[in-house]
Amino acid sequence: MNSIEVHDLTKQFGAFTAVNHISFEVREGEIFGFLGANGAGKTTAIKMMSGLLQPTSGTAIIAGYDVRTQSKLIKRNIGYMSQRFSLYNDLTVFENMQLFGTIYKIPRKELKERIHTSLKELDMDQHANTLVEAIPLGWKQKLAFATAILHRPKIVFLDEPTSGVDPIVRREFWKLIYDTASTGVTILVTTHYMDEAEYCNRISIMAEGELKLIGTPDELKKKMAATTINDVFVKFVRR
Amino acid sequence: MTNAITIEHVNKVYDGKVTALKDVSFNVEEGEVFGLVGPDGAGKSTLFNILTTLLLPDSGKISLLGMDVINEYKSVRQIIGYLPGVFSLYPDLSVEENLQFFAVMYKSSIEENMELIRPIWKQISPFSDRKAGKLSGGMKQKLALCCALIHCPKILFLDEPTTGVDPVSRKEFWDILKSIRTQGITVVVSTPYMDEATRCDRIAMIQEGQILGINTPSAFIRDFQGKLYTFRSENIFSLLNIMEQCPLRCNYYPYGEHCHIAFYDDVATALPQFEQFLQEQGQSHGEIIAIDPSVEDCFIEIVQMRNALNQTQP
Repeated sequence: MNSIEVHDLTKQFGAFTAVNHISFEVREGEIFGFLGANGAGKTTAIKMMSGLLQPTSGTAIIAGYDVRTQSKLIKRNIGYMSQRFSLYNDLTVFENMQLFGTIYKIPRKELKERIHTSLKELDMDQHANTLVEAIPLGWKQKLAFATAILHRPKIVFLDEPTSGVDPIVRREFWKLIYDTASTGVTILVTTHYMDEAEYCNRISIMAEGELKLIGTPDELKKKMAATTINDVFVKFVRR
Repeated sequence: MTNAITIEHVNKVYDGKVTALKDVSFNVEEGEVFGLVGPDGAGKSTLFNILTTLLLPDSGKISLLGMDVINEYKSVRQIIGYLPGVFSLYPDLSVEENLQFFAVMYKSSIEENMELIRPIWKQISPFSDRKAGKLSGGMKQKLALCCALIHCPKILFLDEPTTGVDPVSRKEFWDILKSIRTQGITVVVSTPYMDEATRCDRIAMIQEGQILGINTPSAFIRDFQGKLYTFRSENIFSLLNIMEQCPLRCNYYPYGEHCHIAFYDDVATALPQFEQFLQEQGQSHGEIIAIDPSVEDCFIEIVQMRNALNQTQP
């Protein structure tokens, strides 16, 4: 079953076409890498898929809902985490999760249990009452992810989630992504680390608003006669 | 070789509680490209702000070409260029106006140092009338670099110039740095990308305010303690769980499409034991091949060893 079905999705800002007739599908439980150069249109596409921005034309069915008419239902069924993660520094770890859980209307008792389970999995249960500003960046990133999936979304959008963290934390973060995907949650992730692109089931590469390449990392390497995804990317964008 | 920068025992604590830098000491030689490699929050930006006279250290001594950053800060400012981690140009001024502004501030002119910036300027001059705020990320960085160079500094500081920049633009940026180096300008650059470290003459690995090691990239690779092997597997992440039960002294981690494993025992016995372990766990895998470590492998090893040490010495 597909979690994401995008067909001819287009967004124009005045005379400028940010996203130009892109079409693709993402299966349930798939880890999909959404790559592209800066300014290629990735963020605009993600905004449309998450119901934050209305497309100029085309359709997108996200978790079974239409972005044009059911954006509220979409927001309830997706999670979102960006590189500038949205945690509140002057709230504690627990309070941050409580805030987001409450916004998603998770019943109070249920929410408390979910937060405890989640913090235990992250090995952070000792720090539930620590202010977020006092915890290391790597923890913040993992906490932001756990918060984004607290309401059990069907799809999670991750916009450069590992930007600026060290190589060990990056791998710990990807372990979280894998564990989450294995429970059937669909992951759409952007990254500028090309080794991380190799961790995805499939990837796409956008350039100038168009979706130019899509396939498994191995397929793309074969197609572009390259040995790594970095080579694919460089060859492709330089063309 | 004379030192462009000497840093001795620098400490910085914010608000009496957050340690940003802990006894940092190192030298940067004149004319070298020196990389500060480490994650966000490691203290890189704090160090840059101290080196560029914008922040006072709690203790320690720093001199740039023999000038003290505290007592002689005005002279220091004349000889340095600084590209901060956040976009700091005037978004409402045009590309050319920004460049002109920085030239005039340093009592110089665009014409005077055009030779130095020509290769970069060529790429942005088609947009010289555009407001800086309207440029793409890569273009903004190139303009910022021009502005940091327009007074012909002796030392150039670049704080994470390529963070969040795509691989193609990153490569272009480093090609530019290479050309700056040939002008004899000393460059200090920070990055969270380990692959960029190999393009520096020397690198300092930094984490949690401490320098973990300083060396040339090739010396880091030479000093790698483990014996590193690579193989392919269908389950690179689920292997992480399985490896917890592996009795060998080794460090396993995913590395792009490959798995990396560093052995800390005699490989003649460890390698067959590892293969047997994988077999017992029902894990099929490709051929296990010895490889040279990358700077990223070195960073991982150094941090893991440090963490292990911290655990045994509370």
